[in-house]
Amino acid sequence: MTKADIQTPMRDEAQMIAAILAGNTELYHELIRPYELAVYRMALSYMKNESDAEDVAQEAFLKAFRKLSAFRGESKFSTWLISITLNEARRRLRHQGTLRFESLDEPPGEAGHVSPAILRDWREIPSEALERNEVRELLQTAINHLSPIYRQVLLLRDVDQLNIEETATVLEISLASVKVRLHRARIMLQKELAPKLKSLNPERRWFQWS
Amino acid sequence: MVLECKHVWDYISGYLDDALPHEVRESVQRHLENCEICSAILDSTRNILVLTADNRVFELPVGFSDRLHARLAREMESGSEGMSGDPELPRHPN
Repeated sequence: MTKADIQTPMRDEAQMIAAILAGNTELYHELIRPYELAVYRMALSYMKNESDAEDVAQEAFLKAFRKLSAFRGESKFSTWLISITLNEARRRLRHQGTLRFESLDEPPGEAGHVSPAILRDWREIPSEALERNEVRELLQTAINHLSPIYRQVLLLRDVDQLNIEETATVLEISLASVKVRLHRARIMLQKELAPKLKSLNPERRWFQWS
Repeated sequence: MVLECKHVWDYISGYLDDALPHEVRESVQRHLENCEICSAILDSTRNILVLTADNRVFELPVGFSDRLHARLAREMESGSEGMSGDPELPRHPN
């Protein structure tokens, strides 16, 4: 079950979209509410500053509204929305002259091998640990330090829970590239984060989280 | 098939996605049962991905939703022509 399913039980998005196109435009506010964070997060992964990311996100939601009649229902609405967001972010970056990475399937440097951090044991870190600023910041920093091609695959697949095919479609790359990048992104995160998370939490502090 | 640790690492992502061929998965599983290092690497990777996916990692800026919906409301009011901008397209795909 995806997070969107949990957040939005009983939503019939096709019906909502039909109603919006029939003139009940107010419903658009409700349609997009579950996706605000995903759209913003994706915009932020390209733009690198909050204000540009917010602009891109607003623009993407507006474009999606204007183009809603072109939504074919072949993909999920959320996937379509994220595609529009990526296109808007790329358009902005091109405009600013800072787009350094287009959807190249095999950019230089993608061929290397990535090894994980070696550990002898691992004690589960519960999600409540994220109530701590330092844990949130560790994760944000590690994700932001991934190069864009890895960060985007990781966000789409592991955070927004798109499947491999949807991720490939949105990024306009092959399934094989998605799998390779995803693997590397995950191992790079483990390598970066496992030792830090481990040392941040000596064993005697664990019980505070459970 | 007997796997070395470094080969198991290459399968971690596929293992987490349950996307490995049956016999590879079996070999990885057998290795994991006997290798505390690879088990710890797998567990930490899975744990880190669960944390990464949590909506608390990246949060919306304060006031984001208010600003977004206010702008949408303004544009919807002033620009309902936007909705009919693609007259050649069908009203709804489904």
